Amino acid sequence: MTKIQRIFKPHNKSQYKRYTRSTGGNALFFIFLFLAGAFSVVPLIYCISTSFKPIDELLLFPPEFFVKRPTIENYLALPTLLNNLGVPLARYFFNSVFVAVASTALHIIAAAMAAYVFSKGKIHGGTVLFLIVQFALLYNGYTLAIPQYFIFSKIGIIDTYLVYILPAIPSSMGCFLMKQYMDSGVPDALIEAACIDGASIFRTFWTIVMPIVKPAWMTLLLFSFKDMWSIIPSGTIFSEQLKTLPQVLSTLSAGGIARSGSAMVATVLLMIPPIIVFVISQKNVIETMGSSGIKE
Amino acid sequence: MKTNTNGSFKKWMNKEGLYYVMLFPFISLFVLFTVVPVLSSVILSFTDYDMISNPIFVGLENYARMFANDTILATILKNTLTFAIITGPLSYILSILLAWMINEFSSWARVILTFMFYTPALVGGTAYLIWQIAFSGDSYGYVNSMLLSLGLITDPIQWFKNPEYNMTIIIVIQLWLSMGVSFLANLSGLQNVNEEMYEAGAIDGIKNRWHELWYLTLPSMKSILLFGAVMQIQAVFSVGGIISSLAGYPSVDNSVDTLVSYIGDIGGSRYEMGYAAALSVLLFVMMMVFRLIVGNVLKLLGK
Repeated sequence: MTKIQRIFKPHNKSQYKRYTRSTGGNALFFIFLFLAGAFSVVPLIYCISTSFKPIDELLLFPPEFFVKRPTIENYLALPTLLNNLGVPLARYFFNSVFVAVASTALHIIAAAMAAYVFSKGKIHGGTVLFLIVQFALLYNGYTLAIPQYFIFSKIGIIDTYLVYILPAIPSSMGCFLMKQYMDSGVPDALIEAACIDGASIFRTFWTIVMPIVKPAWMTLLLFSFKDMWSIIPSGTIFSEQLKTLPQVLSTLSAGGIARSGSAMVATVLLMIPPIIVFVISQKNVIETMGSSGIKE
Repeated sequence: MKTNTNGSFKKWMNKEGLYYVMLFPFISLFVLFTVVPVLSSVILSFTDYDMISNPIFVGLENYARMFANDTILATILKNTLTFAIITGPLSYILSILLAWMINEFSSWARVILTFMFYTPALVGGTAYLIWQIAFSGDSYGYVNSMLLSLGLITDPIQWFKNPEYNMTIIIVIQLWLSMGVSFLANLSGLQNVNEEMYEAGAIDGIKNRWHELWYLTLPSMKSILLFGAVMQIQAVFSVGGIISSLAGYPSVDNSVDTLVSYIGDIGGSRYEMGYAAALSVLLFVMMMVFRLIVGNVLKLLGK
């Protein structure tokens, strides 16, 4: 057995029983949390309920929370409303998926590599550089917009896919999260052992560290996808064929109250991909648990 | 000779050099899209810049204006701090406790509960506008119509227009919205706590679940807690747009205007980019102070 295998062995079911809740306590907790959580789900239910409202209920003031006579009219009207766009709807959909997937994937890889160097690689100036990355989070974005716009136009990425993707890659938050997670979750002894066994730096990072920190990048996957999926560029995209789905669908709500039903349908449909990514990411966060019993 | 240099280069590449290669994609783009803009913004804070003509260097004039010539800045700062000091710790502690409670459920119960609390952040966009209907100032708003029919009030209350209530309502809405990044990060951080440590804890005399949380769980996820805290500081000091769209900008007597909405107003409506940049620097300094305090408080964990 190599040293890595000894440290990185599958988790044994512990003999010791932790202070866990009883089944009854668990059920009580679930009910309590479920009721508290119900308060949080209100807007989602309101959106779904409104998307099924017929026109007279939409015009009602004040709006009723729940739909009285549900109809799928708004859903059926959506394709007609979107028919006279310059570019087929599928193109906007593709743009959104492409932008969200590409920037999320590149961001996770770039941020994880940098985080690994900050956490485990002893390089000159690493600590200072990491603090700069971390503190950059605290600088308000508003006044950065103008200098950023100048940079976009200087390097010629205005009105290309790159203007969505490139600025999303070096997001401080992702690097910070991964670094903190590696600090507490990956023992230095493991890295040393891998080194003794002759694994290269990159191999150690990719095949040993990344699987351990899967809960972190699965969480990051959700944050990044959610943000990029809903991105509406301001002044950096002019070509119709490069616009994203949320950008196009937001024009619906500008169509006044008569279209508010369909605008709500669009809102509901736009929520579906982030919800799917949420479920995938959370299932994976949990599944990592059993497989990574690390002995320090 | 040549092979020798190649050999030592290879050796260097396998050791320290590869670290720089791994750092490069992130850091080069980070410098380009964040460091350079931040530095430019700091430089702009020493200028008078209306976004049309070129910036004119004015030295410390913008900073002097903050202290001498800005009559509403004191109110704005008071609001920003009140809001941050109440909302920040509350939602931070809530995000830890919720994550801790949810973490022990089996997979589906866990996913469902997490989803519910995360919904306001996940749905994003304008989901909070539901509160506008609920707290609408006429007698039709959900809250007013309920209070009226219960006979608790005789006239509808202008919730967002009344400085007596609006800060409280906005704090509640922000708490409701805030189970986002820190909450999920804490949940994933709890996955990282070594089970065998609990075993050792039992021998060391851990008596109950609170002990376990305080002496074992929280200290071993300290670095994730720091992440959550920084994200929380960033979040509570960056709230502006939501408040403006609920209570209007400027709100009555500036009662709930925050520094971020003020910066947006100075820069976006009055085109005083130099002053807006100086205010951004002020905001950054305020957040850094809180970042340092939080870093020191977290050191007390498990003590």
